[in-house]
Amino acid sequence: MTPSALATPSGGAPEEAILDFRRVHKTFGGGKRRIPALRGVNLQARRGRITGLIGPDGAGKTTLLRLAAGLLEPDEGTILALGMDATTESLAVQSILGYMPQRFGLYEDLTVGENLNLYADLQRVPRADRAERYRELMHMTALAPFMDRLAGKLSGGMKQKLGLACTLIRSPRLLLLDEPTVGVDPVSRRELWEIVNRLVHKEGVSAFVSTLYLDEAEHCHEVVILHEGEVLGQDAPAAFSTALRGRAWTVQIAGRKPRSIQSRLAGASGVVDAVVQGERVRLVLEEGADPRIVGASAGLDGVEFTSVPPRFEDGFIDLLRKRIAPANGSRSLERSTLDAPPIQDASAPRSENRAAIEVHNLERRFGDFYAVKNLTFSVERGEVFGLLGANGAGKSTTFRMLCGLLSPSGGSLSVAGVDTRKAAAAARARLGYMSQKFSLYGNLSVAQNLHFFSSAYGLSGSRRAARLAWALEQFQLTPYADASSSELPLGYKQRLALACALMHEPDILFLDEPTSGVDPLARREFWQRINELAERSVTVLVTTHFMEEAEYCDRLAIMASGQLLALGSPSDIKRRAATPRCPEPDMEEAFIYLIENDSKRGAGP
Amino acid sequence: MSNAAAARRWWTAWDERTMRLRALVRKEFLQILRDPSSIAIAFLLPAVLLLLFGYGVSLDAEHVPIAVVVDRADADAAGFTGALQQSRYFTVWPMSSMVEAEKAMRERRVDAIVYLRANFARQRRGGGAAIQVLLNGVDANTARLVSGYLEGAWQKWLRQSTQGAISTFDPPVLVHERVWFNSELRSRNFLVPGLIAIIMTLIGALLTALVMAREWERGTMEALLSTPTAVAEILLGKLIPYFLLGTGGMALSVVMAVWLFEVPLRGSPILLFTASSLFLFGALGMGMLISIVAKNQFVAGQVAIIVTFLPAFLLSGFLFDIASMPAFIRALTHILPARYFVAILQTLFLAGNVRSVLVPNGLALLGMAIFFLGLSRWKSRKRLE
Repeated sequence: MTPSALATPSGGAPEEAILDFRRVHKTFGGGKRRIPALRGVNLQARRGRITGLIGPDGAGKTTLLRLAAGLLEPDEGTILALGMDATTESLAVQSILGYMPQRFGLYEDLTVGENLNLYADLQRVPRADRAERYRELMHMTALAPFMDRLAGKLSGGMKQKLGLACTLIRSPRLLLLDEPTVGVDPVSRRELWEIVNRLVHKEGVSAFVSTLYLDEAEHCHEVVILHEGEVLGQDAPAAFSTALRGRAWTVQIAGRKPRSIQSRLAGASGVVDAVVQGERVRLVLEEGADPRIVGASAGLDGVEFTSVPPRFEDGFIDLLRKRIAPANGSRSLERSTLDAPPIQDASAPRSENRAAIEVHNLERRFGDFYAVKNLTFSVERGEVFGLLGANGAGKSTTFRMLCGLLSPSGGSLSVAGVDTRKAAAAARARLGYMSQKFSLYGNLSVAQNLHFFSSAYGLSGSRRAARLAWALEQFQLTPYADASSSELPLGYKQRLALACALMHEPDILFLDEPTSGVDPLARREFWQRINELAERSVTVLVTTHFMEEAEYCDRLAIMASGQLLALGSPSDIKRRAATPRCPEPDMEEAFIYLIENDSKRGAGP
Repeated sequence: MSNAAAARRWWTAWDERTMRLRALVRKEFLQILRDPSSIAIAFLLPAVLLLLFGYGVSLDAEHVPIAVVVDRADADAAGFTGALQQSRYFTVWPMSSMVEAEKAMRERRVDAIVYLRANFARQRRGGGAAIQVLLNGVDANTARLVSGYLEGAWQKWLRQSTQGAISTFDPPVLVHERVWFNSELRSRNFLVPGLIAIIMTLIGALLTALVMAREWERGTMEALLSTPTAVAEILLGKLIPYFLLGTGGMALSVVMAVWLFEVPLRGSPILLFTASSLFLFGALGMGMLISIVAKNQFVAGQVAIIVTFLPAFLLSGFLFDIASMPAFIRALTHILPARYFVAILQTLFLAGNVRSVLVPNGLALLGMAIFFLGLSRWKSRKRLE
């Protein structure tokens, strides 16, 4: 573990690599439906380091980890783990590595202690060493008070830590973690990374961690970017961003919503990426592009561009964009042409002064458990309103009540001026709903799905035909009109789901975790569409667990254990979380601060 | 020296193996204890099925409602009606006219009509009395039974009523019937042993298929496979607990059969245990094989019921006689382990230790256990594909 050996970039001597993939191919299925998962993957993970595997859903991360753990056999190529062939010597490899699958591999009807005992037996931990090892692990994961609790009764974050403890039971030399932070709240995410860091630095463990979240790259010594089964790059996280030095800028125009600036810039020529960040818009430009010229071409003359240091995410987007742009033009973020507004005229006189959504003292009990309590907020027309919170904070319950799918136990709520408790159907006709699972009929074609959903909302005849044509054109689904929707790439499924929710031109759009699992490019495109809808006075209520997506919202409500923790614009909320130690928190830091502050208050007398 | 080293190595490996196996078995038992559904399948299901079949389902026709229409009420007619009324097989509804009786038959209030004409008494004295019997043939099985019972009742009454009088009726041959094995002709005695085979099929195949599928579904199988645990250990870790559970269910069924339903157990309990163990191993192997194909609980449950429970129910000879099936179906029954087990159970309960039945059927069960367990061991690899 000499520092010089560690500092060398990829391509070092093979004995240094604790995990070594050489030209690995893996295809699933047979016959016509062969789905390539990995296509000629070469990568090396270094001993005593944290190597991150970053890529969107479906990139092949899980396949890669399972191959490393000897749970799958490659079609071609070799995989060496700790110098042994992971395929032919899988039992030997498995006795010195620790692999935590995506769902942690816990027996939910066993207690914490019983889970530990089981894995200790399976991993042959000598009985004499156990007490000591358990003590260490329980101290590290803070699970000691819960030894007798059933694993199924733990929170998501605690399950994740118990899963990790079971994986670590015999101090593995190589730790493989498959998306350990998915579905876990930001506080637990941070704690997990602290544990992994400590293991690597104190116990000399090597870690190979896959993740969906780009911001987690900073926790890794080295990052491998995987996209559609291919390695796009492997390097230190900083190296991805340094290549973009001088290409990242922010811009701010007083009196204009950053969202509208962003939507102007996003499609402009010379712009690789444009995202909202608080009250500013963050830009990544193409190599050699001048921000002033770019600004002028987007109709923003004489605005001040400030140069900022590039981030890992910029490098990632740049890599993906380079990769995808030549292959698939329609995927790039062209400014979509929503010229003729098919959606209701914003100036139409219609209960102008009433808020689109009003919620007052809303509560919902399940038995004696309050899923939602004392919730009060209102959403103006044309506003993008975000609902944030960890799992179990009451987001989904609130959502269901607003859609009229669940009746509240107390309080009042009105959607589009209608009390959903009394006239759920009337309210529903004016709202569009897109669920996390996209709720499409997988064995119907794209056009059939659109046809069905428009009929379900009572559209018929020429109006339906017009809306169908609009949806296919607007969402660039025409080439896929006859493809069955289950075979669409995830990004296209998401487009189709949004199109289905918009067929009846709703005034209010409900989006339940609309971007989970979708790659960053598709996510950006999605938000651009949402922005355009909001510009035309459609009210959007959205839940998300991507903190950076909260930036796209005009206002946010942060929920914790069924109650409102904070309400305000993203910058308001960040301001409230500013501390001397962290004067300019990002959305995630603000979220963690608020949650921790709340639980401290809750724990106090 | 090297021998000793080899022995020591072998012992450490053995020790590790048993440690892992013990851990897996212990885990499985804890899960069984905490998840009432597997206990329900192992103990509640046999109890419910046995109660249902033991009390509810009967292949005997008893208290069959019949209409008796008498044209002229005289001593002979009254005598025969009285004989029918005393039989436990019939409930007699005297009716005044055929019109009324036919109406009752059409409304399914009675299953048969017995019609004694006005000349019944005279004809009988003449030696050639005839009665008319109309049967509801919708349920062919009951109709045949009722016809047989009526015939019997008629003959018995003729014999009894002529004995006192002048012996004009003297049949040349007297049939003395003796029923073997199930002398009371209780269908329960025949159903309950067969039912035990059905229950064991269900416990063995359904339970293992479901619990294996559960491990796949919840992602715990992936975690198990990533440890240095061998496939054989994982399979044994399932086999041992569910074998014990299945044996428990079997014991409960036997106890209920003997003490509650008073089915005689004439064969040896040890042979019963041996045969059920063989059968259970085959059923468990089948369940494992199913879970290799179906990795979610819903599909596994469906497949287990369709490929094990239903065929066992219909084709094992437990309810429907194999000998009277068409040749093709009869050939098909040979691939069902339940068929052999039903034969063994019915023999052990009702007839005793009949070697010529037990040995071939027992060997068939052994072969099937080896086949299914071997196949599932061969088919399950330490991979996720």
